[in-house]
Amino acid sequence: MKHILSVLVENKPGVLARVSGLFSRRGFNIESLAVGPTEDPNISRMTIVIDADDLKLEQITKQLHKLVNVLKISDLDPKDSVERELVLIKVNAPPDKRAEVVETANIFRANIIDVSKTTLTIEITGTATKIQALEDLLRPYGIKELVRTGKIALARGKLAET
Amino acid sequence: MRMTGAEALIKSLEKEGVEVIFGYPGGVVLPIYDALYDNKKIRHVLVRHEQCAGHAADAYARATGKVGVCLVTSGPGATNLVTGIANAWMDSVPIVAITGQVATHVIGTDAFQEADITGITMPITKHNYLVKDVNQLPSTVKQAFLLAKTGRPGPVLIDLPVDISKAEIDFKYPEDASIPGYKPTYKGHMKQIKEAAKLLVQAEKPIIYAGGGIIKSEAWDELRQLAELVQIPVTTTLMGKGAFPDDHPLSLRMLGMHGTRYANYAIMDSDLIFAVGVRFDDRVTGKISTFAPHATIIHVDIDPAEISKNIPAHLPIVGDAKIVLKDLVAEIKKGKTPHSDKTRWHELIASWKKKYPLHYHQDGAIRPEYVVETINKLTKDMDVIVTTGVGQNQMWAAQFYSANKPRSFISSGGLGTMGFGLPAAIGAQIGRPDAVVIDIDGDGSIQMVSQELATVAANKLPIIIAILNNGYLGMVRQWQELFYKKRYSQVDLNVGTPDFVKLAEAYGIKGVRVTDIGDVSKILKKAIKDRKPILIDFMVAREENVFPMVAPGASIDEMLGGIPGASLSQMIDEEEEEVGSEAHLISSSGK
Ligand SMILES: Cc1cc2nc3c(=O)[nH]c(=O)nc-3n(C[C@H](O)[C@H](O)[C@H](O)COP(=O)(O)OP(=O)(O)OC[C@H]3O[C@@H](n4cnc5c(N)ncnc54)[C@H](O)[C@@H]3O)c2cc1C
Ligand SMILES: Cc1ncc(C[n+]2csc(CCOP(=O)(O)OP(=O)(O)O)c2C)c(N)n1
Repeated sequence: MKHILSVLVENKPGVLARVSGLFSRRGFNIESLAVGPTEDPNISRMTIVIDADDLKLEQITKQLHKLVNVLKISDLDPKDSVERELVLIKVNAPPDKRAEVVETANIFRANIIDVSKTTLTIEITGTATKIQALEDLLRPYGIKELVRTGKIALARGKLAET
Repeated sequence: MRMTGAEALIKSLEKEGVEVIFGYPGGVVLPIYDALYDNKKIRHVLVRHEQCAGHAADAYARATGKVGVCLVTSGPGATNLVTGIANAWMDSVPIVAITGQVATHVIGTDAFQEADITGITMPITKHNYLVKDVNQLPSTVKQAFLLAKTGRPGPVLIDLPVDISKAEIDFKYPEDASIPGYKPTYKGHMKQIKEAAKLLVQAEKPIIYAGGGIIKSEAWDELRQLAELVQIPVTTTLMGKGAFPDDHPLSLRMLGMHGTRYANYAIMDSDLIFAVGVRFDDRVTGKISTFAPHATIIHVDIDPAEISKNIPAHLPIVGDAKIVLKDLVAEIKKGKTPHSDKTRWHELIASWKKKYPLHYHQDGAIRPEYVVETINKLTKDMDVIVTTGVGQNQMWAAQFYSANKPRSFISSGGLGTMGFGLPAAIGAQIGRPDAVVIDIDGDGSIQMVSQELATVAANKLPIIIAILNNGYLGMVRQWQELFYKKRYSQVDLNVGTPDFVKLAEAYGIKGVRVTDIGDVSKILKKAIKDRKPILIDFMVAREENVFPMVAPGASIDEMLGGIPGASLSQMIDEEEEEVGSEAHLISSSGK
């Protein structure tokens, strides 16, 4: 099962290496990892997406807790959290196809952020399903390059993080 | 007070009550060694290889309960120390390792003798620090000691660049350390403890499986109270030797791969396992899927990650063993639940003990077991510390030496580091100068660290080094005999091994060779009395095997050997239906 772990860590050198190293040496696979400072510059938030059964998840969480720089871990419940990912897609768009591609992007409320003679670069934010849908529709035109930030997520407003 | 970083480091160590540092100098730690030069409070012990600084600090910690400290230079000094740190990590031993580092402005440039030691040791330290600001040095030392010794203990490394050692600081040692992300749980959950109390007194076939955590939390008295109060048999791990007296009537001695038959039968047959300060290592559980099929498992551990890591626990209790056991004993004493009748269980265990005692063949040759047994007899009521190499010597020491006091048996369990025995004896002897320290070692193991004979000589440490010399990498040879059709690949040490007696003498240490069984006791007795460094080279039966033995991957009640009077072809207990397929491979050699 997919889980989104939201991990607050001290913003210190080497912390990313400690966390990612722990995952690899204990044989846990990371699907995506996004990291950046929070409202408090001394603290960073890591959003880690993993695929793990309950037992494995428990072990990952316990091991993460043992890292001295890790302050707090929440396993975000998809029902009670909001998640987003940002993706940039450079897609083939020769003059005769360009209008179609722009049209498709518009339907998804994606932005065109770069244009060349033969390509368009599209920026989309949203949930995994929305991004996947756009990607599927653009594939026939030929996706030249794609980059994603990895998922970021927060627990919904009224439920204070536990 | 104004001083250099190096001086501040030493002052900080003094504040932590450090009495001894095991170390080896080099370029970037020159300022630290200079600060040590006229220090009166801290003794520095010069080892002859940095790995042994780690092992000595490790054993010092195990022998005394204090934090062990080692100090080495950057690059090769630091990488040499890695095995020492990994050993302490695997056995959860509190040490603080200080490594010198190249100057901050050249870090990352492949400077001379630069090694990324914080990167290298990330997986084998509880935490590590690279100090980049001299003002943070005292608080870093404070944190390092706190982390090393509290919660689940473990090694902490401080990497100290040379320019930081030379920089000046207004020294003030912090009162306490603030580590926001670190909050070990000490007190067990009372609801869980009450439940455990009920289960323990009601069980008909309970067993206590106790390990290194008992010694770390100094919970041996509480453990004994619990066992005696409820009359529960106790088995200990290799790391738990000494947590419960091996000679106690309730003791089943060690369990696992080379444990006693009765311990392994008892745990497999039990209906309740009270596991405390143990980590269900594969040497103990054997095949996981068949381990203790009828047992409810209560697991007490200070590290939540150990609970249900390998084997699911029915009743987890996170907390310090001493505190939890105290609460548990108090709860049981309230007498809310009637005790079950455990007579049949004790009778069953007594019959196994009678049928399958630890034993060996006595035929006039010097059997290694006999040497250990003699050491055990001669040191019965003394303050003794046994350290070991790794391999057969270690297992014979575990089987035939009765640890009746905590901190009296020091061995490399988790990493299984050959060469641990001698530097461990050094660390133990320095920590407990009055104890009789005996290193029971292998001829292979000791050759990995024999340069430390110099440290023994230089410090006049009255260590008894007892080599069980079989001229083989014995444990590997045993596996080749049993599982690889006796194809002895690269295990014969007879050619090239030095004359250990001459080797000892070359270092100015007395050396004796024992080839006659009649001399074993005599020579040991004198060595114990003399209180001088001595190396005794016991020429033991070459192809002796360690039994019982659980074949790798087998269930732990499927043991080879260990049945008195059984011929070699009958090594498998005829009562057990499930015999390991390895049985037919056992040849008629060995005993
Ligand atoms: C050749 C060889 C053969 C071996 N054969 C055997 C064998 O037959 N049998 C055997 O038992 N071992 C054997 N070992 C050793 C084995 O590999 C393990 O090292 C050992 O079993 C681990 O012991 P332990 O479970 O007590 O855990 P340790 O490694 O001692 O760990 C201690 C546990 O206690 C916990 N703890 C720490 N502090 C506290 C506290 N204050 N309160 C509560 N809990 C705490 C820790 O979190 C940890 O879980 C062998 C080793 C070698 C090299
Ligand atoms: C550093 C290291 N290298 C290799 C091993 C693998 N190993 C385990 S036991 C053993 C043989 C030990 O031989 P010796 O010290 O002579 O002891 P014996 O088994 O003969 O008592 C070896 C090579 C190890 N445990 N440690």
